[in-house]
Amino acid sequence: MSAEAKQNTITIDGQEILFRQGQTIMDAALAAGVYIPHLCHKPGLAPHGSCKLCTVNIQDRNVSSSPSDRRVQTKFFVDIDSRSVSACTMPAVAGQHISNNTPELNEVRKTITQMLFIEGNHLCPSCEKTGDCTLQAVAYHLGMLDGHFPQFFPRREVDASHSSVMLDRDRCILCELCVRASREVDGKNVFAIAGRGINAHLIVNSPSGKLADSGLETGDMAAHICPVGAILIKEHGYEVPIGRRTFDLHQVGEIGLEKVILAKTRHTDE
Amino acid sequence: MGLVLKVSPDKSSSSVYTIEQIRSVVAEAHSESPRLLHVLHALQQRFLHISHEAVRVVAAQLDLPVSQVEAVVEFYSFFHKTPRGRYDILFSNCTSCGDPELMRRLCQILDVIPGSTRADGLVSIGETSCIGMCDHGAALLVNGMPIVRLDAAMIDRIAAMVEAGTPLADWPAGWFQVDGNIRSKGLLLGDVLAAGDGLRAMLSRGATDTLNEIIQSGLRGRGGAGFSTGMKWKFCRDAQGDAHYVVCNADEGEPGTFKDRVLLHSHAGSVFEGMTACAFVIGARNGFLYLRGEYRYLLPQLQTVLAHRRELGLLGDNILGQPGFDFDIEIVTGAGAYICGEESALIESLEGKRGIPRVRPPFPVTHGYLGQPTVVNNAETFAAAAHIMQHGSAWFRTTGTEKSAGSKILSISGDCASPGIYEYPFGVTIQQIIEDCGAQDVQAVQIGGPAGTLISSTGFNRKLGFEDLSTGGSFMVFGQKRDILAVIRNFAHFFAHESCGFCTPCRVGTALLKNGLDKIAGGHGTQYDLDEMQRIGMLVKRRSHCGLGQTAANPILDGLQRFPHVFEQRLVHRDFVPYFDLDAALEKARQITHRDDAAAHLK
Repeated sequence: MSAEAKQNTITIDGQEILFRQGQTIMDAALAAGVYIPHLCHKPGLAPHGSCKLCTVNIQDRNVSSSPSDRRVQTKFFVDIDSRSVSACTMPAVAGQHISNNTPELNEVRKTITQMLFIEGNHLCPSCEKTGDCTLQAVAYHLGMLDGHFPQFFPRREVDASHSSVMLDRDRCILCELCVRASREVDGKNVFAIAGRGINAHLIVNSPSGKLADSGLETGDMAAHICPVGAILIKEHGYEVPIGRRTFDLHQVGEIGLEKVILAKTRHTDE
Repeated sequence: MGLVLKVSPDKSSSSVYTIEQIRSVVAEAHSESPRLLHVLHALQQRFLHISHEAVRVVAAQLDLPVSQVEAVVEFYSFFHKTPRGRYDILFSNCTSCGDPELMRRLCQILDVIPGSTRADGLVSIGETSCIGMCDHGAALLVNGMPIVRLDAAMIDRIAAMVEAGTPLADWPAGWFQVDGNIRSKGLLLGDVLAAGDGLRAMLSRGATDTLNEIIQSGLRGRGGAGFSTGMKWKFCRDAQGDAHYVVCNADEGEPGTFKDRVLLHSHAGSVFEGMTACAFVIGARNGFLYLRGEYRYLLPQLQTVLAHRRELGLLGDNILGQPGFDFDIEIVTGAGAYICGEESALIESLEGKRGIPRVRPPFPVTHGYLGQPTVVNNAETFAAAAHIMQHGSAWFRTTGTEKSAGSKILSISGDCASPGIYEYPFGVTIQQIIEDCGAQDVQAVQIGGPAGTLISSTGFNRKLGFEDLSTGGSFMVFGQKRDILAVIRNFAHFFAHESCGFCTPCRVGTALLKNGLDKIAGGHGTQYDLDEMQRIGMLVKRRSHCGLGQTAANPILDGLQRFPHVFEQRLVHRDFVPYFDLDAALEKARQITHRDDAAAHLK
């Protein structure tokens, strides 16, 4: 590789990847066909950096870890001379050495996925989204076999007021994809997050707070973008049988699945 | 029961107030300040809650989405969707200025369930995070006003005055007396700065030389992170934007910190002078002081200082006769959210949103308030800058160490004879501080608050400074009689309560850490649970979005390393004990049936 090309290159797990100025690590990785697990990221929407599934390590000799970082190495962590960043929000900078698909990072991601499962009420076998659910697919990808932590069993409200869209907050993972899609693509600003900490929850921007009074329509991206089963189109349940669903036919790590996922109700894929 | 309708905290209560009344309060507050937080505070104060109707009125008046107003109401601890009592009492739950026993006593006397409003609407009692009165013993806020030096006899008198409906103005004035408690003065507190002297010195030096002076002084951010103040100003000055802004972070929410309370009470002029100097250097016309809601009682006094400075020509147009040197300061008051001490969350809050830390980069110096270049500095940093204007960088560097120039103002509290404000040159040993504040038989010191470092006696020879033990000002002393596990558990509850909920590791992780510590402290933990604390703690520390999550596990990780025995002596020596506790699960049933006798327990 020429010196000029090196100036626009990052390294992910030893593989040199070209990037364009302005791309994030995630952008560059996906463009090069490298999968970094993610849930709150969707190309075309403003990066968010909240789910932290895309956490990667950057080797950076300028950042020395503090004594407090070093002291607990013995039992769990070994990768001390690196800093943790979100690939979806961190700009790609020439020369970055990034660890992504490592056992350590995938273990961290599995724990984060377990956290997402146990803080909500995710009952995959009875969920219409099963097989099309990115959370479920990521969990399989990371080898997650159980929730590991005690369930929080939160009480969350269902909003069935809308004639054609269902909002089941039990499954919401607060990724804000619907918030951003509505604001940035649909131009409607239908959704927002309210509350704080473990009580953060999805709300609807309408006088009554109900979906029926919002401007949401089934043609909106926000009605289809939910990676879990929190926002579902009514009267289209189980149109695609289990066994023929997105992640029955695809791996979550395949690049460019977004179109397939968004077109789910029409499932042109078969 | 006829009276209940008027004040009962149910859905119908908002209909007690007409929409015209709500509109009138909103319009009046909005004419005073365009800030959403200000308007919501006015509603909370007038109607004791912010109803859904009120949310809609505010959204219409301020031309904001209903969801944004709703989200903000739910985010800040001092806003409520259901009515609080006419006496709204919040006990600090800090290890230094809190006393849960006193809260229980008041709840018992007044027959209030903690966290709720009494059915007649007279009084509500709850907990709140540290209110910065740690040098005054146990403390509470009643309708936003601090009452300090609480004891059981005072609680009894408070209960009587609440029942009698005595207006707060007729409560003993001494109860509200908050002292400075400045125990030792150093570089800043010992130096008298006449209003405008620093600015005059600055003007004679010019903006570029002033900036160089700040850079050469080695002044670093006093909030604890320690970024070079001069470089921050330089980056902001060099950044392109439609406008530049100066923001003073006076949201000192770190439990055990109260030095900004004293600075703003006794040295507000220096803070404003430093902000004005910064404005001159970076070319800002507008500045904000973000005051934590717990210090709202300081507001009238701060407004007086600002008005006085305007009269003196130290704020406003053509400051000190310098053409084009226009700058003024607006005070924006928070509403109970520790996270707003994080600079980008603070900016979000200034913009009338939930205090969610932004993705960085870009940093506020290039993309801050309204996306424009913004300097956010701690109140103490601005005060230090004002003194550096006056005396120069060499004067400042005579104190402190090579990497930590100058002095640090500490808020010392906990198990010591003389809690209060102490100013030390950087480089002082922890042992020296312990001796000066009259602490004996010290078991542990928490430096920098829960987000900082917990050290045992083996660390008392360590030094205060950015190269060793950094602190935003909190210094909490724990004697031999303290239950360190209870302290750590208190901190775990604090972080779970204050997590903004944006990122998964912090939102869920702080809740898991809290639950785990409750299990261990409750005598149900095993070695497995300790290992889990360590594993989750490291993940939360490394993978969280902002400084809150990155430090939230510190007390637990420090505790496991330096005080392992306090955990181990509570462990059950079995491989596994489930979280589910049948007896604890009956607690709600006991509350509903008002029973707590032996037969209502399974143990």
